[in-house]
Amino acid sequence: MAVVATTEPGARPARAGRRASIPGWVGTVPFLAYVGVFLLLPTGIVIVDALKNPSGAWQFSSVTELGNPLVRTYFIGSLKLCLISSVIGAVFGAILAYAVASGNPDGVVRRLYLAASGVLAQFGGITLAFAFLTLLGPVGLLAHASWFYDFPWGIALIYAYFEIPLMVLVFMPAIDGLKVQWREASENLGASAWQYWRHVGGPLLAPAFIGSTLLLFANALSAFATIEAWESQIAYIVPQQISISLSSEVGLSNINYADVLALGMMVMVAIIMTGYALLQRRASRWLR
Amino acid sequence: MAKLIAAAKKEGTLNVIALPPTWANYGTIIKDFTAKYGIKVNSANPDGTSQQEVNAIKQENGTAAAPDVVDVGQAVALVNTSLFAPYKVSTWSSIPATQKQANGLWYEDYGGYMAVGYSSKFGTITSLNQLLGSKFKNAVALNGNPTSANAALNGVMMANLAEGGTASNIAKGVAFFHSLKEAGNFSPVSATGASIKAGTTPVVFNWDYLNLPSYVGVSNWKVFVPSNAVLGGYYAQAINKNAPHPAAARLWEEFLYSQAATGGQNLWLQGGARPVEEAAMTSGKSIDAAAAAKLPPVSGTPVFLTLGQNTSAANYLAANWAKAIS
Repeated sequence: MAVVATTEPGARPARAGRRASIPGWVGTVPFLAYVGVFLLLPTGIVIVDALKNPSGAWQFSSVTELGNPLVRTYFIGSLKLCLISSVIGAVFGAILAYAVASGNPDGVVRRLYLAASGVLAQFGGITLAFAFLTLLGPVGLLAHASWFYDFPWGIALIYAYFEIPLMVLVFMPAIDGLKVQWREASENLGASAWQYWRHVGGPLLAPAFIGSTLLLFANALSAFATIEAWESQIAYIVPQQISISLSSEVGLSNINYADVLALGMMVMVAIIMTGYALLQRRASRWLR
Repeated sequence: MAKLIAAAKKEGTLNVIALPPTWANYGTIIKDFTAKYGIKVNSANPDGTSQQEVNAIKQENGTAAAPDVVDVGQAVALVNTSLFAPYKVSTWSSIPATQKQANGLWYEDYGGYMAVGYSSKFGTITSLNQLLGSKFKNAVALNGNPTSANAALNGVMMANLAEGGTASNIAKGVAFFHSLKEAGNFSPVSATGASIKAGTTPVVFNWDYLNLPSYVGVSNWKVFVPSNAVLGGYYAQAINKNAPHPAAARLWEEFLYSQAATGGQNLWLQGGARPVEEAAMTSGKSIDAAAAAKLPPVSGTPVFLTLGQNTSAANYLAANWAKAIS
């Protein structure tokens, strides 16, 4: 009954009276429980298991595996792939978003692009790899482009296929936030297009641009199925190596090693997100 | 034998696990066993893996549902001997010595040799070095990442043997794939049934029984086993030492290792797998010659990796595979 009462606008005075019986934090319990079970708990398990050996005893030295030159190559591979694909995605996505945003806000083109971006941003994994394979693979219908197999450039271009639409989706609101009046004001004051972008538009969009780029980076970091379907005979990136450590049938499976790699990825994400927070604080200083 | 049959009939039931009816003719084998002895066969988890079979022995230990017999990969059999009961089938002497545990804890049953399957558009291939030629651009595929997939590891090992390497050192095999990569002929796409049908992977290293035109489903598909690189990969039978139906389990093994025209060895052969007693049956003329003729011919002494050789190959690949082909 209490729940029904709180949702009825007319019951406002009564709700205020009952607030003492149901503390405000109760409403956050489902969210916190969800985060606890699906984010904090697995994170904790990964951290604890990374510090153990396969027989279950503590072994802090396994973390030093992260310094192993072989393990480093997987992290460098992940870094290269994510960097290239997120920068390509961000630059082309931003240009596309600007082009679409500067058109008719209710026009067919805009609606078409947004709808298409919404679909294509989710178009990844095996289906995407298959699509490229069919078009450009060894017996591609369109052409035979073996350079697509090159790591990281070839696969980064495939990643760009879902990174660009994602950029359009996340960056569009920022461009929509640029008021026409600001452009008009700076033009009235005699600013050139370059000066407008250098001093007004650029600084305004910078936090959103950097934030979106980091989102694309994180998106690429966790992507696994696409590259696994495209070139599964070589492990280039950390998630592929984690998969091998979990499922190797030739005696190389080691769950704790997988946990150490996952821990390394968590550190990577933590560094990125810290950098993002610092950058954003710097970039949005003038807003306060 | 008569006493064993009587005891097994009294038990009336046999629990098997992870035997897909379309795999190695198991559908027919189970049906024939029941028809012959009137023993009901409970087939659990037909699509399970070797590891799941072993897990089931442990988890269902002591219950009536526990598997009586298992059919597991070499590597899994080698490390789980403490779960098995020793038993020697009556055709024990027909099983080559390298393919059985001396006390009968496990004994290989069927399998095959690592082979190269290829589209007949390339003509006839007789040696691995031909694969370095320019017409094989992006064509040569393994069946996964050799640090992860057993068939892929054996693919590299087979190249290693063909290049003059030994089973203890896979370096020459990795070097061969490095030259394949340098020539631009190594396909980064793993071979699957679909990729073969689509023509994406026209040359595939895989076990011969998974590489036959009848299994692959492509008519213009040829198979060859390189000479002096005959690398065997066999599954093994073992009896659960706490089997709920111990007599039926032993009778099942006798049926599987029977060389009769309607026995297990010939039934496996009809399913495209090489029975372990193939050599003895060929010289004893009890083999189904028509079915045997469909398998690719081999010349040379088969090599079987020991656990130690398998581990050292895996460790070498873990350190060198990615470097060699990226």
